[in-house]
Order: sequence, then structure tokens, then C-alpha cells
Amino acid sequence: MIELAGVHKAFGTNAVLRGVDLLVPRGTSMVIIGGSGTGKSVLLKCILGLVRPDAGVVRIAGENARTAGREAFLARFGMLFQGSALFDSLPVWQNVAFRLMRGATKRPRDEARAIAIEKLRRVGLGPEVGELYPAELSGGMQKRVGLARAIAAEPEIIFFDEPTTGLDPIMAGVIDDLIREIVVEMGATAMTITHDMRTVRAVADHVAMLHDGIIRWTGTVQEMDATPDPYVHQFINGLAQGPIASVR
Amino acid sequence: MSLLAPVARLGRAVLGALAATGRVAIFAAESLSHIVRPPFYGREFLTAALQIGWMSLPVVGLTALFTGAALALQIYVGGARFNAESVVPSIVAIGMTRELGPVLGGLMVAARVASSIAAELGTMKVTEQIDALVTLSTNPMKYLAAPRILAATVTVPVLVAVGDSIGIMGGWLVGVNRLDFNSATYLHNTIQFLEPWDVGSGLVKGAVFGFIVALMGCYYGMNSGRGAMGVGAATKAAVVGASVLILASNYLLTEVLFSA
Ligand SMILES: Nc1ncnc2c1ncn2[C@@H]1O[C@H](COP(=O)(O)OP(=O)(O)OP(=O)(O)O)[C@@H](O)[C@H]1O
Ligand SMILES: [Mg+2]
Repeated sequence: MIELAGVHKAFGTNAVLRGVDLLVPRGTSMVIIGGSGTGKSVLLKCILGLVRPDAGVVRIAGENARTAGREAFLARFGMLFQGSALFDSLPVWQNVAFRLMRGATKRPRDEARAIAIEKLRRVGLGPEVGELYPAELSGGMQKRVGLARAIAAEPEIIFFDEPTTGLDPIMAGVIDDLIREIVVEMGATAMTITHDMRTVRAVADHVAMLHDGIIRWTGTVQEMDATPDPYVHQFINGLAQGPIASVR
Repeated sequence: MSLLAPVARLGRAVLGALAATGRVAIFAAESLSHIVRPPFYGREFLTAALQIGWMSLPVVGLTALFTGAALALQIYVGGARFNAESVVPSIVAIGMTRELGPVLGGLMVAARVASSIAAELGTMKVTEQIDALVTLSTNPMKYLAAPRILAATVTVPVLVAVGDSIGIMGGWLVGVNRLDFNSATYLHNTIQFLEPWDVGSGLVKGAVFGFIVALMGCYYGMNSGRGAMGVGAATKAAVVGASVLILASNYLLTEVLFSA
């Protein structure tokens, strides 16, 4: 479904991605782990074309993302940004319903609003939150609104950049369940970036570890626990000692 | 090598300026193409028109009032040197409508609007809101830039027209109260020597200046660097760029409209 081959991206002299190869089958959930600043967010943006890769190809269902019709291409995606990226000029419900109120899939305002309220409920937010502005919400609430916006139009492919960062453990559990549900019930293909090992175990079919600009390791959760790979071992156990330097 | 270093630096600066000009031109062409092609975002246009046009009225009005008043005093002093004090009303009117109304109005709008557009869009860029727009299948050029540029191009001429009237009123206030003009004579002279094209050419300038202001705000905002410093730099560049372009294009426009 999502296929990356030899993706490179450098910012000036900072070579962030140095040949990423990755395959995410349709209807599965891939979790990307890796140290802070290794380029996980940049990787998702390369797939979406928000950041233009210097080399390599990205294919979605066999179609080259670079040459695909942009409109139709993006209509298949939902994305939760690491910093939520809510539109602060619009109230929360209009943020969630943004795609529903514009473009090809435009719906009547009331219907869009009802869908937005329903999606907010699924991320644990009441209807009254819909009337507030993003600046009036806490960081964790903003994150959940971003999540509701990402899933509002029920896209085929959903990217979650750190969906549970900044949430309390209970809410993090709710969001983990939601992501799992979206993949299993809606048959969506998901890519999730997280530093939270509980989220990894809860949502992943496959795990990939990004390190030094390449996919260092990939496998299932069971394989992850059993792997002798010292990088993965150090990372998932949060050890200070190991091949990954703590100053990066 | 060291002898050539200044030449190389100059060359780089010139090339950089040319490249920037090219990028702005492409940005301008692209936003124009979005203004004429659907979908149109009416709500965004109305919000922008309100922000740019209506909210700028006090600033532009005050600027025009004091400028018209000062102009009347200056021309009286100048006119008195060859016994031509009676030219005050018509020179104030012509000066305001052809030159000072559009230019000072444009500069005030540049200070107020180019900065706010650049800061708003720059913040959106820095907080990934512009990326988020793209992922929601909305073209930022169409949704953010086109409505603002159209709104400024349409509303700044109206602002200039209002400014012209207030400026002429400023001159009249000074003329009647300080310079002992007869009120009726002052108004009569104003109208008698004012031609439609004096006003019309000022409005054309206003439209161009409005376009420049919003263009610079959108261009620098959407290309803002990262972080608060990036937004600060973008805002400064937008105001400076808009002001310089207004003054430069004012001369060019005056040449063109003068010979027309
Ligand atoms: N637009 C950009 N311009 C310049 N450098 C960038 C840009 N975006 C990312 N980088 C750099 O790319 C590297 C990877 O950034 P990225 O945000 O992908 O990290 P990450 O793996 O998501 O980290 P974290 O887990 O902390 O979110 C960083 O060194 C960052 O400075
Ligand atoms: Mg990140």
C-alpha cells in the first residue's frame, strides 16, 4: 500500500533521511520508533509531499506520489501533526469538520457539525468543546482535536505523529484503542510515530525503527521483544548504555 | 582573489535580488490565477475585506486629515511668495487626490496590513497550519493568499477615496479657520479645478498599492523562516518590501498616468 524506496532528505548539511526503504501493507498499522530528531516527522511529510524528498520514490497503491493528481492523492489521507496544527481562527468544531465543509465532499453545515461532534466524542471531548477556540484548550485537548480532524473524513490512510504525547495514561489508553479500532473496523492503513512503548504494543501490527537516516530494523511486536538487535533492545528498554549515543 | 571578493559579493547580492524578484513574480502570477479560478472562498474574502478596508479607516483618515491641513499651510506660504495664495484650495485637492492620498494611505496600510498578514500567515506556517491545510485538500494560495490580495486590491481604492475627501476637508478647515479663506470660495475653487482623472488616477494607484501590500504580506508570511525569529523577520521584510515597492511603483505609475 505505502511503499518507500531509497528516500533521501537533507536540510543543508543535515542529512536526515539517507535511503529509507519501507513497506506498509494495506489495512495494517505500522508504528515508527526512533530517537528524538532522527527524522520520523520528516519521513511522514515526505510521504505526503509536504517536504520534497531529494531522492527516492514514494508509492501509494502502486502509484508514484510525485506524479499522482495532488487533489485525489491528498483526499485519501488524514494527518495528525505533532504540534496539532489547529487553525486558531476557527472554532474547534469547524477545525474538525474542515474537510467536510469544503471541496468535493462538501456537506451541509448541520451535517458537518454533527459529524464533528461525534468525532470529538470519540476522542473523549464533549460537544461544548466544539464551540471553543483552539487557544482556549490545553495541549492534550488540542492533540485530541487534531486527532478528531484527522479521522473526520474517514480517510483510507492515516498518519499519527505522537498521538498520545501529553495525555494522561487513561486518555492515552482511549486514543490507543481508537487507533486500533480505526484500523480494524474501518480497514484504514495507519502509520503512527510514538515514543510511548505502551502505544507501540497497543496499536502496532509492525514496528520499524528509524536510526541514522535508515530503517534500522523492522518486524512485528513479538519479534521486537525477542530481537537481538542492540539498537532496538536499547531503545525499547530505555537504556542509557548501548550503541545509540545519548547526546545527539 | 581578495581583489575580486567585493565584485563577487556584489554579484551574489544582485543575483539574490533577481532571484527574489522572480519568486515574488511567480507568487503574484499564481495568486492571480487563483483569484480568477474556482473554488472561491467568499467568507475568507469578506473577513479580509473587513480587516483590511474597514479597520484601516481610522488610520488612513487621520493621516489624510493632518496631511491636508499641513499641505494648506505650506502652499499658502509658498503661494504668498508670488501673490498666489488663492491657489491653496486647488493645489490641496490635486496634491491629495493625485499623490498624497494614495501614497500616504498606501504606506499606512502597508504598516498596518502587510505586517499583520505576514505575522498571521508566518505563524500559521511555523505552527504547521499551512501544512495541515494542504493535507485537508485545501490549497493555501487559494484559501489564504487569493482572498487577501483581492480584498486589498478592491478596498484600498475605497480607502484612498475616503482619505482624499478627508484630506481636502483638512485643508478647508485650516483654510477657513487659520488663513481667512471664505468657506464658499474655498469649496468652489476646490471643485472648479479638480478633474475626474485627478481622482481616478489616485484610485488606480490605490488598487496597485493594495495589491502590493497584500502580496508582500502573503509572500513573506508563507515563506517565513522557522520560529518566532522567522516570523519577526518575515513581518519586517513584508513592511519594508511593501513600502519600497509602493514608492517605486508610485513613480512609475505617475510617469505612465502623466503621459496618458
Ligand atoms: N523544515 C526544516 N528545516 C530544517 N531542518 C529541519 C526541518 N524539519 C526538520 N528538520 C531537521 O530534521 C531533523 C529531524 O526532524 P524531525 O522533526 O523529523 O525529528 P523527529 O524524529 O520527528 O523527532 P521528535 O521525536 O523529537 O519529534 C532535525 O534535526 C530537524 O532539525
Ligand atoms: Mg517528530
